[in-house]
Amino acid sequence: MTDSTPPAAPARDPLWLRLLPHPLISLVILAAWLVLDGNLTPANVLLGAFLAWALPRMTRRFWRHPVHVRSWTGLVRFAIIVIWDIITANLQAVRLLLKSPQELKPAFFVIHLELTNPVAITVLANTITLTPGTVSADLSSRQERLLVHGLHVPDVEAAIAQIKARYEAPLKEIF
Amino acid sequence: MNSELPFLVELIVSAFILTGAGFAVIGALGLARMPDFYMRVHLPTAGTTLGVGCTLIASVIYFSFSLQTLSLHEFLISMFLFITAPVSSHMMAKVALHTGVRYVSHTQGRPWPSRTQRPSRDNSQILTEWPKRP
Amino acid sequence: MLRIAVIIAMLMFTVSVLLNLYRMVRGPDLADRILTLDSLYVNAIAMIILLGIFLGSTLFFEAAMLIAMMGFVGTVAVCKYLLRGNIIE
Repeated sequence: MTDSTPPAAPARDPLWLRLLPHPLISLVILAAWLVLDGNLTPANVLLGAFLAWALPRMTRRFWRHPVHVRSWTGLVRFAIIVIWDIITANLQAVRLLLKSPQELKPAFFVIHLELTNPVAITVLANTITLTPGTVSADLSSRQERLLVHGLHVPDVEAAIAQIKARYEAPLKEIF
Repeated sequence: MNSELPFLVELIVSAFILTGAGFAVIGALGLARMPDFYMRVHLPTAGTTLGVGCTLIASVIYFSFSLQTLSLHEFLISMFLFITAPVSSHMMAKVALHTGVRYVSHTQGRPWPSRTQRPSRDNSQILTEWPKRP
Repeated sequence: MLRIAVIIAMLMFTVSVLLNLYRMVRGPDLADRILTLDSLYVNAIAMIILLGIFLGSTLFFEAAMLIAMMGFVGTVAVCKYLLRGNIIE
């Protein structure tokens, strides 16, 4: 049970964190349960709370690295940027699709990551894929480079610089 | 389908539905037209994010007005899709790199050789037997 | 008006499904077929939601949710099998 955590951690953690090792995951499970069932009777809330406590505890071997968000305002701002980019990039992708496929300039390019946190790298790769026009294709085995394929990349260096400035820099502050 | 919804609500719901369907069709059109796999893998994310996203927003608005309660099931579905769509796209691109799917010649840059195939693994014999495209 | 819009949207999704099926038959790689399968289940979710609006019933959300989950798990399982030759290691 304690083999996955460093030895000093049980003494330092407050009681509630030992009972509820992953508060964020618990919160998400509770919210999903309540939305899925759609009613707020006490019995239902109690069952949801039990699941929110039990499921992260049962799967605790799986969650080696606790998710730690340093800046919530940064996370909200990042989410707004990503949603905005999804919409604009979709419209741009539609314009590209209506042209002839021969005019597109596809490209593979490699992003040298400055992030080291696995959660942050996951979020970055998912963000790159979620915005149409770029797909993250592979992560190098030492998690330092990300291979990205772009649908229409007239200027590879500019695309790399844009991803680094727009997504990686905020993520470095959030996680 | 009850018809006592206000006209404006019906207009907004219809607009969202048609926008979503339009994105889905354009995505599928691109899927049929694009010359290589790596260009095609971009298109379902467009169809998923805005196509299904718009349909789900329309559904939220419609059921919130017709049932007079805030309907949140669709948000659960769209959150799930938004989380899983990039994961499956990434996996499929990785599979394509691994199995050696070819890309069009004017692609700039080259992918690195796939590292997923580790010679030390037991199942590597199975993997090497697979036919690669000429 | 909403009724007409839903019917038109259904037809558009049908066209999209047919285009996906064309790509699935054409191939040429296994990866393309996985991609179209993934795209088809997303279309199925949208069509089920539209059917829910058309019939005015919220009972279809669970079906859409299940298709979303099963489709994702199916795609990842097939990808995992192609990558490692094994699904559960």
